[in-house]
Order: sequence, then structure tokens, then C-alpha cells
Amino acid sequence: MRHIEALQNEDIEIQLLIEAIFLKYGYDFRGYSRAHMKRRIMRRLTISGIDSISEMQRLVIYDREFFEKLLGDFSINVTEMFRDPSFYKAFRKEVVPVLQTYPFIKVWHAGCSTGEEVYSMAILLKEEGLYERSQIYATDFNEEVLQKAKEGIYPIEAIKEYTYNYQHAGGKAAFADYYVAKYDSAILEPSLKKKVIFADHNLVTDGVFGEMNVVICRNVLIYFDKELQNKVVGLFHESLCNGGFLCLGSKESLRFNKYVDNFDPVIENEKVYRKKFGC
Amino acid sequence: MKYEAIVIGASTGGMNALKVVLSALPKKFSVPVLVVQHLSPRSDSYLVEYLSKACKVMVKEADEKEKALPGYVYIAPPNYHLLVEKDRCLALSTEERVNYARPSVDVLFESAADAYGRSLIGIILTGANYDGSKGLRRIKQCGGLAIVQDPCSAEADAMPKAAIQAVNVDYVITLDKIAPLLNKLTEEIGE
Repeated sequence: MRHIEALQNEDIEIQLLIEAIFLKYGYDFRGYSRAHMKRRIMRRLTISGIDSISEMQRLVIYDREFFEKLLGDFSINVTEMFRDPSFYKAFRKEVVPVLQTYPFIKVWHAGCSTGEEVYSMAILLKEEGLYERSQIYATDFNEEVLQKAKEGIYPIEAIKEYTYNYQHAGGKAAFADYYVAKYDSAILEPSLKKKVIFADHNLVTDGVFGEMNVVICRNVLIYFDKELQNKVVGLFHESLCNGGFLCLGSKESLRFNKYVDNFDPVIENEKVYRKKFGC
Repeated sequence: MKYEAIVIGASTGGMNALKVVLSALPKKFSVPVLVVQHLSPRSDSYLVEYLSKACKVMVKEADEKEKALPGYVYIAPPNYHLLVEKDRCLALSTEERVNYARPSVDVLFESAADAYGRSLIGIILTGANYDGSKGLRRIKQCGGLAIVQDPCSAEADAMPKAAIQAVNVDYVITLDKIAPLLNKLTEEIGE
């Protein structure tokens, strides 16, 4: 029988590891979901054949390369173009008409990972005639994925699914118009990058991104504990202009958040909120 | 022994099996039930509606950060892993598939074992793969109770068979016997 003590020891080791990462590199995972962190740490432990989390802690401190690997494990980069097509469809219907009344549109895509969802939004804005007066800021703390996002090159075998998603997301053209196939890759149309600025930004430790009309942050908050969720939604609230839109993942919500009363739900099912005026 | 939660994993044939088990629980069932049923990533909320209609306990899709409460059955949403935190709040994750599945039974069982320790009951029902074996082993290691549907009574026997092979399980019983056993195990509270 696995003793309660063994479990408690593991918890102490995990806490110390996370603390070591913060002290050594400044990356702060202390407010991340602990169940999630444990899974990621245990996964790396198994892959690397390391004996214990304490041994991993030593490696993290003395071996930057190992740390970089672990850092990659901590960010979840499962994404796809037009992921949750119904979100994009609803965005076209409910949010676009409001955006059409603005002379200039600023969109912040926080936690953009490898960029698939950023380019999806670029396509949507293009088809709605808003792209030329938009600026998309796409940020992530993981430099490796940010580099991939900048390239905008995706494996060709994903295109079938992306095309399905695009069609169900209310796409107005043919998805093939937006990429060129080359060997095993689909290279996205260069104009989709024209209005996108990719930048390194850490939601936990970095500050406000000013006067946004739309903040998109999907499937990022689920990895944070309640306290950190409060902090980050506070950051979004401060970054949004009055009446600005906050778009969360379809299984995320502001229900348990401190700022719930500062937003109006716009599309309940798709978790699109609007910052209330004057608060 | 006071049990505080039940986790159930099911795959092929699980819709019917879950209905048989969950519909036989009383309205005020004394512990929360957390369920992973393998589903297509694009499926809708049909499973929740289907079970809701059949059950006396409340059946809902698991929301992230909500507390697991008695009298409720929480179903993992399609395309998300379901986990339990130490404070018994639910968590969701979009991390890669485990055993080709998202949600994965192992992910739920392993995190629930950490959260509930020896006061957890784990159940493997019908299925055509081996997801859940590792998780059930962890539940046993942490002192919890392991129940597996008798492979002979399962629509697909691979998942229960794999679990029986991997774990020294406490009960191998037919589908119709599971709910009565759960009622008995959870009634013993305070005795």
C-alpha cells in the first residue's frame, strides 16, 4: 500500500521544485493547478528516467537545457485552426457587428501557443472586412512555440480537420485560399501575418496590454488556481477598453471569478463576455 | 471505512452500463460520482441529457473549479481531461491524449487517488481498450477500493480484463450488482 506519507513527500518535492524554478529562472508556476503540474512533472520524470522529483530539482538548478524541456512540458500546446467552430460562428454574429462601428480594432490573443487560433481570427477579420484596420497582438511565455507561430507553417495532415472546422465556423471562402501546400507542410498566406505582432509575454508576471477591444484567452485559465485566475482576469479587465470583449475557452467561465460582476455575458455558451462601462 | 467519492471509467458500451449503475443510486446519494466515458471529441451534451433523464441523482457536465458534491454525477466534457485537485475541486485540461483518449480514465483516476487517498472507490466498466488500468492501480496503492465489471457481463471485455490483470481488485461483479454494492459501501458511514 502506498502510504499517505509517500504522497505527502511527493507534494513537498513538487512544491520545492516549483519554488526552485521561480528562484532560479523567474518563471512562476506557484499559482498553477497542482493536479496539472503533478501530471506534467511525472510525465517528464518517466520520460527522462529520473529517480525522484528531488533529483529533478537538482537537474533544474544545474542544467538549463533540462529546465527548458520541463518548461515546454508546462505549457500545453494542443491547438488547431478554428478550434471550437461554434465560437467563431458566434463571434461573427454577435461581436463583429460591434467591431464594425470602430475605426480601429485592437485584439490581444493571450497564450497564443503555436498560432493556429491567431491566424483563424485573422482570416475571420479579413472575411468580415475588418482586417485592414485591425492590429492583433499574439503573446505567449514559451519562446519556442512563439517561433513556430511566427512561421505560420503547419503539418499538411492537419489541413483536413482545419477545413472541416473552417466550414463549420461560418467561413465565407474556400479554406484552400489561405495556404499553399509544399511537401509535408501547409504554408499560410503571408498577408495573414501582416497585422499580427508576436511578443513574449507572461500572464503571471508581466503587466497590462493597453486599450484592447478584444482579448482572446482560450484554454489557458483552466491551468491556473482560483487566485491566479482572479489576478489574470483582473489584468484582462484593465487591458480592455469599456465595452471590450473577453473571449474564454468553451469550458471556462467567470462564474467563480472575483471580476464576474465587471462583465456582462454576451454569448453564454461560447463564454464571450463584455466589459461593463465605467467599472 | 468512510468513502468520500466514486470514480467510474467506461468506453465502448458505456452509455448503457452507466445508465444501469447510475440510475439505481438514490437521489441523496452520499458521495460525488465522477465519470469518464470515452466520446468523440465533437460530441454534444447528449450523454448528460440521456443520463439525467434516467437518474434520480443530479447529472451534469463537470465545470472547472467547481467543488465535487454529494448527490451529483459529474461527466467529463468531450475533448477535455477531468482531474480532481487536493481541495476536491474539479479541473479540466486539454493536454495531449492519454491512451489515445481525451478524456482519459487514467488521468481522472490518478488525480482522484491523490485527492481522496483511501476514501476513494474506483470502477472500471465495459470498454474495448486498456485505459484506466494504471489509474485503478494507483487508487489501490493509495488505499482505495477497486471494483471491475465482470468481463462476461460487459459489452466490450478488454478494459475490464486489462484492469483485472493489472490490479489486485476487490470486487469483480456483474453490472446489476454494482449499484447495490455502492449503496451498501456508502451507507456504512458512521457505523
